[in-house]
Amino acid sequence: MIQLPGLGTLLLASVKRDLLLAFRNRGDIANPAIFFLSVLVFVPLGISPEAAVLAPIAPGMIWILALLATLLSLDRLFKGDFEDGSLEQMAISGQPLYWLVMVKALVHWLITGLPLTLLAPLLGVMMALPDAGFGPLIASLLLGSGSLSLVGSIGAALTVALRRGGLLLSLIIMPLYVPVLIFGTGAVRNAIEGFAFSGQLAVLGAYFAGALLLAPLAAAGALRIGLNQ
Amino acid sequence: MNWQWFHRWSSPRWFYEKTGPWLPWLASAAVLMLVIGSAWGLCFAPIHSQQGNSYRIIYIHVPASFLALAGYYVMAISGAIGLIWRIKLSFMVMKAAAPVGAVLTFISLVTGAIWGKPTWGAWWVWDARITSMLVLFFLYLGMIALQEAYENQESADKTSAILALVGMINVPIIYKSVDWWFTLHQPATLKLTGNSSIHPSMAYPLIWMIVSFYLTYAWLLLERVRLEILQREKRTRWVQELVNLAT
Repeated sequence: MIQLPGLGTLLLASVKRDLLLAFRNRGDIANPAIFFLSVLVFVPLGISPEAAVLAPIAPGMIWILALLATLLSLDRLFKGDFEDGSLEQMAISGQPLYWLVMVKALVHWLITGLPLTLLAPLLGVMMALPDAGFGPLIASLLLGSGSLSLVGSIGAALTVALRRGGLLLSLIIMPLYVPVLIFGTGAVRNAIEGFAFSGQLAVLGAYFAGALLLAPLAAAGALRIGLNQ
Repeated sequence: MNWQWFHRWSSPRWFYEKTGPWLPWLASAAVLMLVIGSAWGLCFAPIHSQQGNSYRIIYIHVPASFLALAGYYVMAISGAIGLIWRIKLSFMVMKAAAPVGAVLTFISLVTGAIWGKPTWGAWWVWDARITSMLVLFFLYLGMIALQEAYENQESADKTSAILALVGMINVPIIYKSVDWWFTLHQPATLKLTGNSSIHPSMAYPLIWMIVSFYLTYAWLLLERVRLEILQREKRTRWVQELVNLAT
């Protein structure tokens, strides 16, 4: 009888492996960030380069870009492991898929959500974001991008067995991102207008806690269905 | 209690054969009630003091919106039942409920826009209710698209059931968040029915119409479920005998 590795060892190995894969394949890390930056260039070109026009739409625009960049990268979340069969090995490893999904979402956040959050101040400067908005922008992105990765993992799991799931994934996940977008931009807008914004951040935190609890559950169930087909 | 009677309802064939005789009754009751309700609402209900006759679209708009929301829960709950107890018929109900719900949401959005033009002066306003209705429409479209994307019916059923459940948790959150977003940034001048102090002479036909929309929904859903049963069981002998009998 072969001794199977424990949960902790497995998760640690999984984090290491996913990070290594991401760094070997640098496009996975760089593309969302480049997309984030390059679409931003369209905004002044398409709407107006005037600071007076850009400043009011800056919070919403940065949040929408973060959302789109996340959607763009979600398709690959489970696809590679599904195609080469390693997802199947993880599923029969005897360890709960719940934690494996959690680890995948964490690594996804580390290579997309976190860089986008770190890039956000730069975009804020380019979009003439008022000074009061920078702190809440980073805080809301930090809290909200975790939810984006977790809720997105459900969509990635639901479409993992489909050959062309990318567009479908966006269609089914978009409505679920509505609350994050509303409270994320709401926090920044409130801060700019001089109101309290801790309420919005609290709601973002609550949504994140809920997603942390339930999203891997739904995604793990969806993965099992995808593997069985 | 005789549970066998209850369990039989999960058999598609039993369901198909038993619900057949109901259809003419259900259909005629639904159509009759719709006709009476429309005549009552459109011709006999009093004219609104501020909105004149334009308010009469309420008799279609409000029942459609009710059923659009209720339809989502019908879909999600039947999906959950299918996932938990592995009842195929339940998945068929879920699949059948998606297009019906999407159409009702669409009717609700269109009649809302038609009503909005004379009363608010705009076809479209980013009001909380309208926006959350639009998001609901996208949720329905996502369900339909996911069903279509899978070739294997079993995977399609199970994955869409999970999506419906995730949506069920999210629908109230989306609704509340949109509501909250709206009230923060715009004054609440766009209340649809004032303080909901609608006069009984207008309310009775409305309630009548809501009941008739529920009946119509039940009828349409039943028709679609029966169609789904025939499509999925087309290789079984009873369906082939049924088709041979008909032709």
